[in-house]
Amino acid sequence: MTGPPAALTETLRGGKAPRKRPPVLLTLPAALVVAALMLPIAYLVVRSFESGWETVAEVLLDGETLAVLGRSALLAATVTGASVVLAVPLAWLTTRTDLPARRTWAVLAALPLVIPSYVGGFVLVSALGPRGMLQGVLEPLGVQRLPEIYGFPGATLALTIFSYPYVFLTVRAALRGTDPALEEASRSLGSGAWATFFRVTLPQMRPAIVAGGLLVALYTLSDFGAVSLLQYDSFAREIYLQYRSAFDRTPAAILALMLVLLTATILLVEGRTRGRAGYYGRAREARPVVLGRWRWPALLLCGGVVAVSLAAPVGVLLFWLLRGLLAGEPLRTLWHAAASSLYASGLAAVFAALAALPIAVLAVRFPGKLSGLAERATYLGYALPGIVLALSLVFFGANYAPWAYQTLGLLVFAYVVHFLPQAVGATRSALLQVRPSVEEAARGLGRGPASVLATVTAPLASSGILAGAALVFLTTMKELPATLLLSPTGFETLATRVWSATSEAFYARAAAPALLLILLSAVPMYLLVIRERTG
Amino acid sequence: MSADVMVRLSGVSRSYNGTKAVRGASLEVRKGEVLGLLGPSGCGKTTTLRMIAGFEPPESGTIEVGGRVVAGPGVNVAPERRRVGMVFQDYALFPHLSVEQNVAYGLPKDKWRNGRVEEVLALAHLTGLEDRMPHELSGGQQQRVALARALAPEPAVVLLDEPFSNLDAALRARVRSEMREILLSAGATAVFVTHDQEEALSLADEVAVMIEGSVVQVAPPEELYHDPATPEIARFVGEANFLEGHVENGCISCLLGEVPASCPWNGEAEAMLRPESLRLTADPEGEAVVIGREFYGHDQLVKLRFPSGVILRSRLGGGPGFKVGERVSVEVAGRAVVFPR
Repeated sequence: MTGPPAALTETLRGGKAPRKRPPVLLTLPAALVVAALMLPIAYLVVRSFESGWETVAEVLLDGETLAVLGRSALLAATVTGASVVLAVPLAWLTTRTDLPARRTWAVLAALPLVIPSYVGGFVLVSALGPRGMLQGVLEPLGVQRLPEIYGFPGATLALTIFSYPYVFLTVRAALRGTDPALEEASRSLGSGAWATFFRVTLPQMRPAIVAGGLLVALYTLSDFGAVSLLQYDSFAREIYLQYRSAFDRTPAAILALMLVLLTATILLVEGRTRGRAGYYGRAREARPVVLGRWRWPALLLCGGVVAVSLAAPVGVLLFWLLRGLLAGEPLRTLWHAAASSLYASGLAAVFAALAALPIAVLAVRFPGKLSGLAERATYLGYALPGIVLALSLVFFGANYAPWAYQTLGLLVFAYVVHFLPQAVGATRSALLQVRPSVEEAARGLGRGPASVLATVTAPLASSGILAGAALVFLTTMKELPATLLLSPTGFETLATRVWSATSEAFYARAAAPALLLILLSAVPMYLLVIRERTG
Repeated sequence: MSADVMVRLSGVSRSYNGTKAVRGASLEVRKGEVLGLLGPSGCGKTTTLRMIAGFEPPESGTIEVGGRVVAGPGVNVAPERRRVGMVFQDYALFPHLSVEQNVAYGLPKDKWRNGRVEEVLALAHLTGLEDRMPHELSGGQQQRVALARALAPEPAVVLLDEPFSNLDAALRARVRSEMREILLSAGATAVFVTHDQEEALSLADEVAVMIEGSVVQVAPPEELYHDPATPEIARFVGEANFLEGHVENGCISCLLGEVPASCPWNGEAEAMLRPESLRLTADPEGEAVVIGREFYGHDQLVKLRFPSGVILRSRLGGGPGFKVGERVSVEVAGRAVVFPR
């Protein structure tokens, strides 16, 4: 009734520009990229149904399959719940209170994200497992066996302490974005501090909690490293075991397809929660809540979480490193693995950046149904856990492309498919920063489209494109399952080295590559924190 | 008389990082009155409002709301116990609650059932919008929800922080009169903060001018406009011409001749004349030359230069005006406000 006149709202929204047709120079490469992205999932479907519906039904209805499903769901639910319980108080304490050194705590609490899950698994096994640190200390005292850390408790612990930062970071961002006036409004309407927290603050955090929680669930379901090292038979481990041992690999394919359906469902739900409007505010610094005597339990909580999830793992790694060095463990082979890692990751970064470019340009400059579809197709990489992607490509390579099977090319292809969303996301947001009017000005000054791309768009977007490539580079370094299944014979990376050394209980040998990986992963994390501080 | 005072500030001060934001501010707001707190940005008016609401503690002085000391030496009542309703600059509507739930937020459950929500919604012309979410409302509607939410628990006073700054100019005038009407029909006592003198003069019963942390004058709008306490206030609450002169026997002799000035003293003085009290007539022999003209539709501002270099402004009706370069003679209607020099 009091809205501005229709004509006014139309101009405010920005009238729809007439649809432009994208040039073939752009659509053709984009179509090729999308086709490449579809290949693994499409082939997985084909492979699963190759031996007929009966086989599929047989595997699906098998008691063991249902047990795997149940175990995976139980693990995902427990880890997600525990992460939320851990992360929400930490996020609130580090954003809204006068906790001493709260910025430092915020950085420390986010850092466990840089520890790959298989390194976490290694830390747990090597510290608490048979022939581990604790056993070594207790053996002289006559202790022969320790309580089992393998299975559900170990997997839950490892995945919780290394994935709760997903919830921590999203909730923190939500808290920082919430207008403090909301809480003030609630106070002046008669609600006390506690009532305000539950009636206003918590509902504001809810979308962030759901989004972060879904990320944790997704991470848990797709995780291969921790569950394998800790021997918890969830989907990822079961698929790997089926693939390794069974004569008939069809069950592995069907299990993989089930896992894809599960992760895709979670992704869809996550997309829903992200799409809700109206949850933004202005970033005025809120007056911090004075903790008073509650400061001490708060510090104890932060300190405890950081000690278990960060200090202890790094300490364990340093212990094994030192022990290895003293025992004369050669470091020379480490450089070899590091060089392989750098080489494969570098190739993946370059190809991912190139593949992302046509997709991102289409999505930003020619928004429409088709370009939106192409962009969304890149997110398939997220729905495909590494083990599933690798398995599909192994099948495909063995059956149709023996010339590519067990080559570096197929491995890099897997990396690109897996991590393309990161490159597309970074490139897309960089392109969004370039206003179309700047490009139009160049056109008006007599430059053709290709020249504009080279002289205006690319230089302006280059930092974003580079950031995307760097992100792909660093996540590729950490990738384990695809590397494990698709590497050419004798090709050893830092990740596979940690894996094989841990599997064979050569703990001292795994420590150096694990530490190196953590250091490398800390770089993007550091950049993220800097951006948060300046932005 | 004193029982009628809903808000009283006595010598309230507050500083940030060593600089005084509010210096010994004193104010009174009577029951049912709308007070406008007017001042340039950074003068401490929003801080004053937040101290009344209880979001900032004063360093010295006392604050009373509804006849009860809520802040002062050894006293600091929590915001939720002050019976103060606040309308925030960006409205701060709860994005997860509907219009109805927003308005009901401050009410105990039984009151909600007793129809208070419907009553306030009707008062704020929001009937029919109960189930909308805040982001589905226009700016003006959001503002009325914020006002209704603040009024629902029947607070002792409603505080409004720059209530119209988030609306575009075309909406502002209409929303302003709506707001005035809602506050009147609710019989509410209100304090609003603004840097816009037109807003303060048109909406308030009483205007308090705040400059550099101090309350420099409190008066009804007409008095403030026509009888400002200092040249600074005169300049801040509207267009003002200043002329030097000499006062004798209730008249100031200046560039425009003898102008009546009601003041008991004699001596050197500065006369302030509002542009609308300068009448112009086309006169080839006139002293002043028209050097500029701004046409606003309902009126116009004509800029004049005198041979001595003095420049004055005159406000005329919207009819045909004077051309640049034309000579005019100037006559004063009414009296001048004089300040000693």
